[in-house]
Amino acid sequence: MSKGSPISPALLAARPAPPAAPERDAIPVRDTAKVVPAGAVRGPNAVVAPTPMLGSAAIVRSLEELGVDDVFGLPGGAILPTYDPLLASTKLRHILVRHEQGAGHAAQGYAMVTGRPGVCIVTSGPGATNLVTALADAHMDSVPMVAITGQVSSAFIGSDAFQEADIVGITMPITKHSYLVTDARDIPRVLAEAFHIATTGRPGPVLVDIAKDAQQAQTTFSWPPKIELPGYRPVLRGHAKQVREAARLIAEAQRPVLYVGGGCLKAHASAELLELAELVGAPVVTTLMARGVFPDSHEQHVGMPGMHGSVSAVTALQQSDLLITLGARFDDRVTGVLSSFAPNAKVIHADIDPAEISKNRLADVPIVGSVKEIIPELTGAVRSAFETQGRPDISAWWKTISRLQATYPVGFTQPDDGLSAPQQVIKRIGELTGPEGVFVSGVGQHQMWAAQFIQYERPHSWLNSGGLGTMGYSVPAAMGAKVGDPDRVVWAIDGDGCFQMTNQELATCVINNIPIKVAVINNSSLGMVRQWQTLFYEGRYSNTDLNTGHDTRRVPDFVKLADAYGCVGLRCERDEDIDATIQQALAINDRPVVIDFVVSRDSMVWPMVPSGVSNDLIQIARGMTPTWEEED
Amino acid sequence: MARHTLSVLVEDVPGVLTRVASLFARRAFNINSLAVGPTEVAGMSRITVVVEAEGDLLEQVTKQLNKLINVLKIVELTTEQSVQRDHVLIKVKADAATRLQVTQAADLFRASVVDVAIDSLIIEATGTAEKLSALLSVLEPFGVREIVQSGTLAIGRGAKSMSDRALRSA
Repeated sequence: MSKGSPISPALLAARPAPPAAPERDAIPVRDTAKVVPAGAVRGPNAVVAPTPMLGSAAIVRSLEELGVDDVFGLPGGAILPTYDPLLASTKLRHILVRHEQGAGHAAQGYAMVTGRPGVCIVTSGPGATNLVTALADAHMDSVPMVAITGQVSSAFIGSDAFQEADIVGITMPITKHSYLVTDARDIPRVLAEAFHIATTGRPGPVLVDIAKDAQQAQTTFSWPPKIELPGYRPVLRGHAKQVREAARLIAEAQRPVLYVGGGCLKAHASAELLELAELVGAPVVTTLMARGVFPDSHEQHVGMPGMHGSVSAVTALQQSDLLITLGARFDDRVTGVLSSFAPNAKVIHADIDPAEISKNRLADVPIVGSVKEIIPELTGAVRSAFETQGRPDISAWWKTISRLQATYPVGFTQPDDGLSAPQQVIKRIGELTGPEGVFVSGVGQHQMWAAQFIQYERPHSWLNSGGLGTMGYSVPAAMGAKVGDPDRVVWAIDGDGCFQMTNQELATCVINNIPIKVAVINNSSLGMVRQWQTLFYEGRYSNTDLNTGHDTRRVPDFVKLADAYGCVGLRCERDEDIDATIQQALAINDRPVVIDFVVSRDSMVWPMVPSGVSNDLIQIARGMTPTWEEED
Repeated sequence: MARHTLSVLVEDVPGVLTRVASLFARRAFNINSLAVGPTEVAGMSRITVVVEAEGDLLEQVTKQLNKLINVLKIVELTTEQSVQRDHVLIKVKADAATRLQVTQAADLFRASVVDVAIDSLIIEATGTAEKLSALLSVLEPFGVREIVQSGTLAIGRGAKSMSDRALRSA
């Protein structure tokens, strides 16, 4: 089936650096691959003298001046005027999606790999409401994106006009901010403000709803506009006294842990984090949103915490006497029952969002600011604290943690039904692709396995829907990631349930030469729900059977579906074919590949902290809890 | 649960009241009263909101409010450090036989009569919530036909101006 390029898959698998780009033919290579820190409005900083143009042209021109290269969208009545100058733009590449939710997740994926805001453009009413899930997703995971929606003409707003929806009202709780523009003169300022808000402070989605008559009105465009946001002043620098206090606690702690969250990734603070971690010498846990921000191979990395975290990571937090919390938010999936979470730990909490501090867990030392600025200052303060107070001896702590790491590594058992273990498939995808790849998952069991069994060595290599848990995130987000960073191998690791929610974007990928690779981890069911039914509902499998896998009618047949879209479709049903199939997929770079990995439906995600209990009751397999060493 | 009075300075833009009110709604806070109006600074409005909430929950909502782009400043005003007033208009039954008694009661509360009809009076009163509730209980026996009440207005004592400080930190 493969008509792949002659490049050896083995070369690809061990690819040392991104520039060995086999996809060069597929997508024009641009200089977008470099991750730039989210910060002030990017752009050529050109000064544009007042120029007469239509509102619609001002939208396109503003995006150009803001440095936007790629936008994802789908036109309709209320945004039609803007699509006309868009056709003429030589700087903006518009990618026509098949569903607006796809545009939203693509913008997210694009933002996650580039560090620049993702942009999507859709029409009013249903176009805008189809974006809602992606906006909520970006809001929960702090992804910088700007969504432009058309709105009915201002004279019709509020009259239940055709394709009218109060999208500003609908999205108020799930956007960082939103605008309704009814005057063409406001367009440059509002878009510049939207980009500024989306990318600074705690990043997030900003919605700009633009009435059709504002797009059609004659206006005068000039650049740069004056941004006036008196109520928006994100604090970046940590309070020096708090930083010193944090350093004092670190110098005293016997069992410190660095609890690292997605904020470190959004702040591009990996290098700073590494320096601090090596100075302190403490165990590091990276949350689901932070995988890769600290290298998995580093000897201080003890795993992912939370409901499906490793025993060593979960226990490190539980038994810690000091949580050095950096850009994490004590999410319920991490803490388990809050009152029993890390009961003996003092908490240092550094976060750019003051509302996160002491929201769930009271912080003993709150530090508001960007971890990009706080971490180096903390490193300096710790260094001098070590000089004056001396270094604490944490060797006993490491002994405890190392024993747990050695005794309870994250692993899996071979299923009894003769089918492949999904964990094995995912593990091999990670190993054969290597750490330079980008891995984008959907939501469910395959997401947890992809978080557990792929080795992440660099930031921005792991994308998933962590906070909202959006099934269907994977394919469109992978598409956005591939557009943002075309030189990298981008895998969508998806479930058979998730894949059926957004696979229409395969058409977008094929038409626009966006050669992503999709691994459908096909266990023929809504696997995570089924796992809970196995564990907590006596195996009563209510509505979780999808009939896509082994010994079923295979509706749909994913290989035929891939073929219908013009992708390469492969199927792998036996352990011995896993490697060859992955390598075959890695060798194809002229179009998307979809692999139907038929796996056992009985594999479960372990370890697991059952919902509603303390993290101390973590199970390594059904009914099995680790044995704890007596404390001295 | 304790009562808290928050003064929220906001940019005078469409939707700002919805944004503020919906944050309280999301956390299921009961808003006892709400008053909105322009300030001495053009383009700046002030929302006075009285809520019932536990201290740390209130702190969480205050932080969330502060995240709203259009919110400029939030101050909690205690009864000791601020002047707080409610405003009420009360339509009371009052004919020739009872009119004098009603107006005397109003006088005692330094309330004024702002409309007279053959069988009714409208009384306007300003004061603390306690004073107004006392006035109402005195008027009750005559027959209260209709009440309309403003939200609590609150302003900090002393020379400092809240909007001054908001502008300076901007």
